[in-house]
Amino acid sequence: MSDTPLLQIQGITKAFGSVQALDDVDLEVRPGEVVAIVGDNGAGKSTLVKCIAGTHTADSGRILFEGQEVHIHGPKDAGRLGIEVVYQDLALCDNLDVVQNMYLGRELNRGQILSEAPMEQHTTETLKSLAVTTIKSVRQTVATLSGGQRQSVAVARAVMWNSKLVVLDEPTAALGVAQTEQVLALVRRLGQQGLGVILISHNLHDVFETADRIAVLRLGRNVGVFERLKTTQQAVVEAITAGKPTKVAGIPSAAPAGAGA
Amino acid sequence: MTSAEVVGPDRAPPLEEEQLPGGFRGAMERARLNLRTGNLGALPIIVGEIAVVILFGFTATNFFTSVNFVNLITESAGTAMLAYGVVFVLLLGEIDLSIGYLAGIGALIVAELQLPGSSWQMNGILAMLVAVAACAVIGGVQGSIVAFVGVPSFVVTLGGFLIWQGVILNKLQQRGTIIIQDRWINYTDAYIFSPTFGWLIAAIFTALYPGSVLYRKIVARGTQIAQQSWTSATLKTIGIGIAAFGTVAVANHGKIIETPEGLPLAGLIVVFFFVVLTFLAKWTTFGRHVYAVGGNAEAARRAGISVPRIRVLVFMISGATAGVGGIIFAAQVNSVALTFPPGNLLLNAIAAAVIGGVSLFGGRGEVRGALLGAILIGTLQNGLNTLNISNGWIYIVTGLVLLGAVTLDTVAVRLQARSGR
Repeated sequence: MSDTPLLQIQGITKAFGSVQALDDVDLEVRPGEVVAIVGDNGAGKSTLVKCIAGTHTADSGRILFEGQEVHIHGPKDAGRLGIEVVYQDLALCDNLDVVQNMYLGRELNRGQILSEAPMEQHTTETLKSLAVTTIKSVRQTVATLSGGQRQSVAVARAVMWNSKLVVLDEPTAALGVAQTEQVLALVRRLGQQGLGVILISHNLHDVFETADRIAVLRLGRNVGVFERLKTTQQAVVEAITAGKPTKVAGIPSAAPAGAGA
Repeated sequence: MTSAEVVGPDRAPPLEEEQLPGGFRGAMERARLNLRTGNLGALPIIVGEIAVVILFGFTATNFFTSVNFVNLITESAGTAMLAYGVVFVLLLGEIDLSIGYLAGIGALIVAELQLPGSSWQMNGILAMLVAVAACAVIGGVQGSIVAFVGVPSFVVTLGGFLIWQGVILNKLQQRGTIIIQDRWINYTDAYIFSPTFGWLIAAIFTALYPGSVLYRKIVARGTQIAQQSWTSATLKTIGIGIAAFGTVAVANHGKIIETPEGLPLAGLIVVFFFVVLTFLAKWTTFGRHVYAVGGNAEAARRAGISVPRIRVLVFMISGATAGVGGIIFAAQVNSVALTFPPGNLLLNAIAAAVIGGVSLFGGRGEVRGALLGAILIGTLQNGLNTLNISNGWIYIVTGLVLLGAVTLDTVAVRLQARSGR
């Protein structure tokens, strides 16, 4: 793991009308690290992801990417930095095949004419490098794939673009046991390949299977960051349900990472 | 002008393809597999067309003649042109109800622009270009209301339907009929190619498909990319060749009194647009994005595709093809009259695309479907006409065929889903 954090979020605040979705939230992700963000419904997980992806602009606070302050105003900006988000509902086109989905919106072409061969070749290689072996043909339409395979395609698509940070929003929400294992293994491999990974999840089992660190949000505030190896599910659950904010507005917390609630 | 099955490059190869033996035996086994799993492609409609031709060939005395065959081509040409536009609009999951009267507007514009003695009279070719461009712009305006304001396309184009009908009424109620004298405009329907030129066109058209297969094989050289087998490519090429050369052979055979018949220009126009639009849909980034937006607009948007831009462009294509179709229809009668567009043009065009396997819900279908559907509808209506059957029955039969085709397609899709394809 490198010392410069890949992504640093400092004091992000976001309100929707009178609802304070995020209140002075910090987060740090280093290369090769899987950071899970957990929290109950309405804790602000999705809002935080949308601020990183550029779908929302934070009201205040700073986002640093590789040590540089950045302003992300949309998926294109995020993509240019090397941030890819895999949404819960996947955003694949069922009527297109695997290759077409992998290159959706970024097709290789000469003039306007599609270069199918390199796209197909590269798709096959990417899937192989991620050990996604269950897909028989990259020319199958996505409609014919299982939930786990679709999730794998969505993740592979995010990885293919020299991305540095991959954000996964509830990647196992709709999957069965075996498929969940498939996807979690894939998430771990992303970390091993040196990417930063943010994993949003409700499922603590998944989180403890994959994450290096676990950041807990409650009612839009940080309530603790746990090292996976030094904590228990019990402690995390307590933080999710009854955690106290780790910092008073504006003043960085004195509690070191891992102290928890 | 019948085109045999041209399987698009986008179709996923069967899962078991790798395990199947190569050569002719492999091709047969693959065909059987496709049949079992409901992956029928264009087969039902081609079989249907052959059945209809045989049926009318035996029952109607004037049907199976060269002259009628050429008529059939020119009659189907306009419908096929409109149906091409319908394919693109349906691929987005939208609908364009304005194309019937938009075709009328296209015809009206050429008729006005070629008017001898008027201050704006221009060359017929230029007039046609202006008319098609104007129809594209109108389509684009309608598409913009759909794309940027978010009004459902059904409503926008229903408005267009009424507006353009009104414009045609206003224009022609005082004037009656505008006669088209410009020879270039009238050529779009009635120009007949010499037999040699007809053969040349058939040869070029037949060569396109194996050419595209060859191109893909060359590009994929040295990679492990799944390729189409030589056998299936050869069989399809033979099918296309029979259709193309057969069409020209029959057309060249005919004679009206002493004037020899041949391949009409309308046929070439339709084939030309078929090739261009198939290329656009299957080989270009734009075409890929059309399929993507039709399949999942939200996914397309997140992938960075400008969905409104695609929508506007597709409605422009729809307008432009309607304009071309309108000109061909006007050239058929050398005039534009209040009776334009000819009976049920809009519904025939949509029916043609749907019979050709284009889904109403977006994302599924191919340009060839419009051509095959238009030919089937054209053959049916032409055959029933030569049998002197009343218009009422012609509508009923067309309706039943539409219903049958869509039912078959729905069953096939369900079969495919069940077999996990």
